[in-house]
Amino acid sequence: MYEFNYRRASSVFDAVSSSDQSGDASYLAGGMTLIPVLKFRLAAPSDVIDLADLGELKGIRTENGAVAIGAMTTHAEVAGSAEVRQAIPALADLAESIGDPQVRNRGTIGGSIANADPAADYPAAVVGLGATVHTNSRTIGADDFFTAMFETALEPGELVTAVSFPVPDRAAYMKFPNPASRYAIVGVMVSQSGDGVRVAVTGAGGRVFRVAEMEQALAANFVPEAVAGISVSAEGLNEDLHASPEYRAHLVTVMARRAVAAAG
Amino acid sequence: MDTGIGAAVTRKEDFRFLTGQGNYTDDIARPGQAHAVFVRSVVAHANLRAVNTEAASAMPGVVAVFTGDDLQGVGGVPCGFAPDGGPMNEPPRPVLAQGKVRFVGDMVAMVIAETAEQARDAAEAVDVDYDELPAVVSMEAAQAEGAPTIHDLDDNSCFSWGIGDAEATDAAFAKADHVTTLELVNNRKCPNAIEPRAAIGEYDPAHDSYTLYTTSQNPHVIRLLMGAFVLGIPEHKLRVVSPDVGGGFGSKIPHYPEEIAVTWAGKQVGRPVKWTAERTESFLSDTHGRDHITRVELACTSDGEFLGLRVHTQANMGAYLSTFGPLIPTYLYGTLLAGVYTTPAIRCEVDGVFTNTAPVDAERGAGRPEATFLLERVVETAARELGIDPVELRRRNFIASDAFPYQTPVIVQYDSGNYEQVLDRAAELADYAGFAQRREEAKSRGRLRGLGFAGYIEACGMAPSNIAGVIGARAGLFEAAQVRVHPTGSVSVYTGSHSHGQGHETTFAQVVSDRLGIPFENVDVVHGDTDQIPFGMGTYGSRSLAVGGSAICKALDKIIAKGKKIAAHALEAGESDIDFESGEFRVRGTDKSVGFGDIALSAYVPHNYPLEELEPGLDEGAFYDPTNFTFPAGCHICEVEVDPETGTTQIVNWNAVDDFGKIVNPMIVDGQVHGGIAHGVGQAMLENCAYDEDSGQLLSGSLTDYCIPRADDLPSFHIETTETPCPHNPLGVKGCGEAGAIAAPAALINAITDAIGVAHVDMPATPEKVWAALQSAQGE
Repeated sequence: MYEFNYRRASSVFDAVSSSDQSGDASYLAGGMTLIPVLKFRLAAPSDVIDLADLGELKGIRTENGAVAIGAMTTHAEVAGSAEVRQAIPALADLAESIGDPQVRNRGTIGGSIANADPAADYPAAVVGLGATVHTNSRTIGADDFFTAMFETALEPGELVTAVSFPVPDRAAYMKFPNPASRYAIVGVMVSQSGDGVRVAVTGAGGRVFRVAEMEQALAANFVPEAVAGISVSAEGLNEDLHASPEYRAHLVTVMARRAVAAAG
Repeated sequence: MDTGIGAAVTRKEDFRFLTGQGNYTDDIARPGQAHAVFVRSVVAHANLRAVNTEAASAMPGVVAVFTGDDLQGVGGVPCGFAPDGGPMNEPPRPVLAQGKVRFVGDMVAMVIAETAEQARDAAEAVDVDYDELPAVVSMEAAQAEGAPTIHDLDDNSCFSWGIGDAEATDAAFAKADHVTTLELVNNRKCPNAIEPRAAIGEYDPAHDSYTLYTTSQNPHVIRLLMGAFVLGIPEHKLRVVSPDVGGGFGSKIPHYPEEIAVTWAGKQVGRPVKWTAERTESFLSDTHGRDHITRVELACTSDGEFLGLRVHTQANMGAYLSTFGPLIPTYLYGTLLAGVYTTPAIRCEVDGVFTNTAPVDAERGAGRPEATFLLERVVETAARELGIDPVELRRRNFIASDAFPYQTPVIVQYDSGNYEQVLDRAAELADYAGFAQRREEAKSRGRLRGLGFAGYIEACGMAPSNIAGVIGARAGLFEAAQVRVHPTGSVSVYTGSHSHGQGHETTFAQVVSDRLGIPFENVDVVHGDTDQIPFGMGTYGSRSLAVGGSAICKALDKIIAKGKKIAAHALEAGESDIDFESGEFRVRGTDKSVGFGDIALSAYVPHNYPLEELEPGLDEGAFYDPTNFTFPAGCHICEVEVDPETGTTQIVNWNAVDDFGKIVNPMIVDGQVHGGIAHGVGQAMLENCAYDEDSGQLLSGSLTDYCIPRADDLPSFHIETTETPCPHNPLGVKGCGEAGAIAAPAALINAITDAIGVAHVDMPATPEKVWAALQSAQGE
């Protein structure tokens, strides 16, 4: 990796002001993406600001019908949380399906959504459950957060502090994993709550997206058969060694149907 | 606790490995060592207009920067095999590119700096001016009319080779009732040893001698190739050390240019020079395996009697010939095409082709998985086409157990085997009779269940040196051993085999302990250092116990023979009256005896000793050259369930019966079979070394894209062994390291095609391929 200044932030304020003062800083959360990218010499930040000591960014609270998860909470902590399991089992299942034990013990929810990998699992949870992203300066709605492949609505230096997930009436996440990386080739989060039905797809496109036609059909009748005949267009979907756009489009329907069935 | 031959002794070496005390090449830090990083071509095919190193040389910490120009006096990387001695196009492979690069990863320059990170920084500053040429990536592109040539040759052909009687085969096809034809791809693999390759080169001016630490499966072979053919260093001035090595799978057999570069540079810069590959560098520059395109035809009678087999294969050699590249798709492949069957006429033709890709060489099984895959696929397909049960079809064509030695139509003569017994037991283990019911039950859950067989035979215990020479190997294939009995009766065994995961330190110690009747703890095995070991051809092709173990047995025989002489003197008896058993030399028919330890002490403190007839000491060496290959065989049965909606295959059962001859350590054998099956499952379902067809860029250059099998991809295996001892080596052993990798791909693809009812799915049978095959089958 290229040389950089390493700083260990003592507070959110310290992290953000350090970032503001540096030329081109990266926040280090779990490091599951940043460290490999640095080792591959694909990034050359002037400063790496480590958030490891920020206890204020850790932890899970259930309040006002929502589960608020601190940005530095690991996937393993979410997967293992009795509170999450009780309130939104689909979210615990999703966290459990990320990567492998090493990744789940290091990777964090804030790091994952700020990175906005098009194949990451958490974006499906954020959009599929209609979450709110809290930053050091504002809140951002789920539908406004992910803007493009590896791009979010975060301003330079803006730091995710927590994500709050409203508790749905029912929800489930179904994932077809990339056999090598265990990222999602296609992952679908389906939820139903007082605000309506959400169907969010990760892995298939350049960023997480919702399938309006499926949401409408499920709003009318929340049964697996409602989405079985609805397919998304393969046009513009991702293509790589592991799956063609056509196969991904097919999997969106299969995973959506299975998610509805699992949501019960 | 029993620690002799046949006991499942836990591995001696595991304590150091599991407690982080292994000593791998990258763990070695030589005083004053500098670090090398190689600048590798980022394009697949180009002339080099210029390689400008000025800026790199001025970077912090840089010791030296070398390019091909600096190595013009140094020989190229040699190839160790030409089929039948030639003709073969054997273009030179320079250590660092000379004027041209031929694959992404080809080495252009070497940067040496105080730290590896400084060398990486400086490597980025080497300015390479590529004059890009069109890349020929696929074998089809390489053989197309007017294709750009990779080397200074008329075309991209390396060799055309054939084996078997073409006329007899044509005649067999002419009288056939039925011909089954398949077009198969045997997919390219990256061997992916978990320890990346590494090397340290060091020059000692005081003795004008060199030391190379390297991750090799065969350090003596590297000493010979590099010393004699590349750098001109005589053996007594060159020490090659392969310490603990973390997996090889064939990729650490070849002699690599990096080893040459660090050894040469160590003298140039007057400091040890160390290089360790990064993972992506391993993907780019380790030799790859397999990569065949094959058309196979099987001629049968309507009753399913095999009459003839015709095979045409294109084999990808990559951009350069690796050490044993041309051996793998010729004599390690065509000679196994009889399999376990009596097919009387076989003709196999192979075209070796150059492409702008990494060199291809041995990978676990090396030629034999490719042969087994096509044979067992075509046999299973013939059974389906003829409407004959696949077990019954195999049974009708097996070589009978009383037909050994059996001469195949493709040169090799099998020594022993009982294929029907193996198949029957495997079918019983797999509850073949109950499969139809399991299939119905799966259907009720929306799953497609399939079952696939693979019988296999492999030629291991390589190899009789005279045969190796006739077929084109530029080396002998014996093995060497030294058994050094110390004064108090403990033993050091020096073996030319090389353990890089196989557990030789345990298995070989069991053999010695058993033969000498001494405690297992009193025996240590030393390997991997040309200054300590008399000689060695190394470990590959499941040869270590059959050949290396036999050399140890020969040396043990000499120890026992000398011990008898010493005992006869001590016991005042005739030498011919001395028996040796369970660690005691005994005068036959008496209670007079002396222990092995006393004899050892006597040999080193020869006070009461026949000094006029016998030298002191108890230290014997032996070389063993096998009289034939060994022929392990077996039957693997795989059962899968396919999810028709996604194409996902789940392996639900794996039953196998293997005949490895005598078994020294059944636990280690189980581990080898498990690993082998995982290796084969990886090839058949998960692993795909893919290049972009146009640019020649490696698409699967990291573990996030290249999928090696993990525990949750595999079921629990049910494996058994039968034991038909090898008749021609002292231990009766055959070899077990590759069997799983040889049998698994055919068993798995046979199971998947059975489940989804299609003729063929190419490897790796990914969910998308299986789904697409189902879609097209439904569309028909």
